[in-house]
Amino acid sequence: MSAVFEQIFQVGFLAAIIRIATPLAFATLGEMFSERAGVLNLGIEGIMLLSAMAGFTATSLSGSLWLGVLVAVLTGALMGAVHALFTVALGLSQHVCGIGVTLFCSGLAYFLYRLIFGQQSVPPSIKGFQPVPIPLLSDIPILGPAVFNQFALVYLAIIAVPLAAFVLYRTPWGLSVRMVGENPRAADSAGVSVIGTRFQAVILGGALMGLAGAFLTMAQFNAFTFGVVSGRGWVAIALVVFGRWDPWRSAGAALLFAFVDALQLRMQASGLGHIPYEAFLMLPFIFTIVAMAVMSRNAVAPSALLKPFRREER
Amino acid sequence: MFRLEARTSTPAWFNLALPLLAIGATLILCSGLIAIAGAGVVEAYGVMLSASLGDSYAITETLVRAAPMIFTGLAVAVAFRAKFWNIGAEGQLLAGAVASCAVGAIPMPGYLAMLLMAVAGAAAGAVVAQVPATLRVKFKVDDVVSSLLLNSVIYYALMALIEGPWKDSFSGYPISPPIEDAANFPVLIEGTRLHLGVIVALVAAPLIWFLIARTTLGFRIRVTGENPEAARYGGINVQRVLLSTALLTGALAGLAGVGEVGGVHFQVMSDISPGYGYSGIVVAMLARLNPLGVVPAAIFLAAVMTGAEAMSRATGVPAFLSDVIQGTALLAMLVALLFTAYRVRRVGASR
Repeated sequence: MSAVFEQIFQVGFLAAIIRIATPLAFATLGEMFSERAGVLNLGIEGIMLLSAMAGFTATSLSGSLWLGVLVAVLTGALMGAVHALFTVALGLSQHVCGIGVTLFCSGLAYFLYRLIFGQQSVPPSIKGFQPVPIPLLSDIPILGPAVFNQFALVYLAIIAVPLAAFVLYRTPWGLSVRMVGENPRAADSAGVSVIGTRFQAVILGGALMGLAGAFLTMAQFNAFTFGVVSGRGWVAIALVVFGRWDPWRSAGAALLFAFVDALQLRMQASGLGHIPYEAFLMLPFIFTIVAMAVMSRNAVAPSALLKPFRREER
Repeated sequence: MFRLEARTSTPAWFNLALPLLAIGATLILCSGLIAIAGAGVVEAYGVMLSASLGDSYAITETLVRAAPMIFTGLAVAVAFRAKFWNIGAEGQLLAGAVASCAVGAIPMPGYLAMLLMAVAGAAAGAVVAQVPATLRVKFKVDDVVSSLLLNSVIYYALMALIEGPWKDSFSGYPISPPIEDAANFPVLIEGTRLHLGVIVALVAAPLIWFLIARTTLGFRIRVTGENPEAARYGGINVQRVLLSTALLTGALAGLAGVGEVGGVHFQVMSDISPGYGYSGIVVAMLARLNPLGVVPAAIFLAAVMTGAEAMSRATGVPAFLSDVIQGTALLAMLVALLFTAYRVRRVGASR
């Protein structure tokens, strides 16, 4: 047993956790901004997939990684705007619109990918982001190689968490977002544009989801495949609940989930008994459902979540 | 400026006109993608139409594909009526497929096998749907998220089964052993794949309509969905209604899986459902959650799916167009639904 234990907790384990957590952190922060403004975005799975495809394609055609990231972010923001158009401007059901956005984005991603790259036996790949060691910090034992010898996008995620907390809690815009998510009518009376703020939050959320998608095809897999997102978007929605709509807790939730996922990967690799590897793939999802059951009792969702705002109606 | 103004009443002809309007808008929007792919729009849609509804064989193929979506569409319609947000029809379908496959592999007289397959499949789907409902009722867990996550859990469980104990030891492929020949659903028209399950699906729609529109349980489901406060005040046990709804919706989605195993594939494989569970959401919305409307809506989506493959072969437009059409149809229908509650008014720029 101790041999298995040692094999699981190698030096690379912490690095793997951080890499798995990165796209989840972006996606979770994105969903959090959207929900804080009162808009559930179930389009996240599709938005991540379309952005992952768009970023990959842009890099593949131009050779520039950062152009690919930019395209992915803009794609995410655009799709966020589409979701906002339906749910905020028109006040349609957030659940069903989100599913519609996911179906639309997934279909479009596969359609355009097949159109551009055709049907190939080996999917085309790109030279993705390479680890960039940070001088001095990367020499810290254990923590150094795991945290400070990573892709640029990982550093971006590490910066994004405190930045998101600052924006949400310490800026006037963040206050507006929280107001329109908690009490839109009061926000409206105070002169805050409910529709405008919600649009901005959902678009920002979409951009972050795009960043999550970019990480998958441009740093983690360096190719676009059909299962590239495989439920990470849905997990992010659960992590927002688990993280109680707070940037720090959400990032913590992403790390915890990444820990379970990395553990699951190691357990697969260690070939425990004759258990099919899919049994391990289930673990993170079961973990998330159980975690939600534990956390949801005293979770406090933004009170205007799922409620469209129409000024004329009381 | 335009402004939305609440309607006091909805004209009756809207019920028919809106889905048609949404479908028309969808086809126009998606024709842009056909043009980008370098094919003629009229030609591409023409191929889709003739390949899905052009001759009697095409029609039976479309009906075979519509059957699982009728079931998932009914499942979603029932659930959404109670505002039980069951996004888990996909997982419930897979559970139904696995359970019916396990039962169908046991040697027994054919009709008994089919009956037991249906019972097992429905029960498996119902059990899976019970999870998000129970989590919502007991732990206040958001049913959208939990039912979504369960889809992944069930999918991996299915994969574990066909990669593990059920793996075909002869070919080594991850597919389950086939069900008994006697358990194969009878084919209704020689030379086609039109099987008994399709008829069951077509009969299920009016039955579910009757259940929703004319029975006490249906009444409770509707009231719970429309106004839970009023339901509670009226002495309805809202939690129990939600749990009953979950049983019903899960059983319907499970039956979708039974039909695929008994009538189409005769075994379980990883791609037994090309997302029929999610298509069920599109079907239910196009049908405006009316069980009778589910049938034409499912046939429309099935025709798009069947036709898209032929269109892809003939014109080179990727068959994924059918997925884009599904997503667009759902969004277009939502916008169309807006017009049942609101009318667009021109107002002066003064506002």
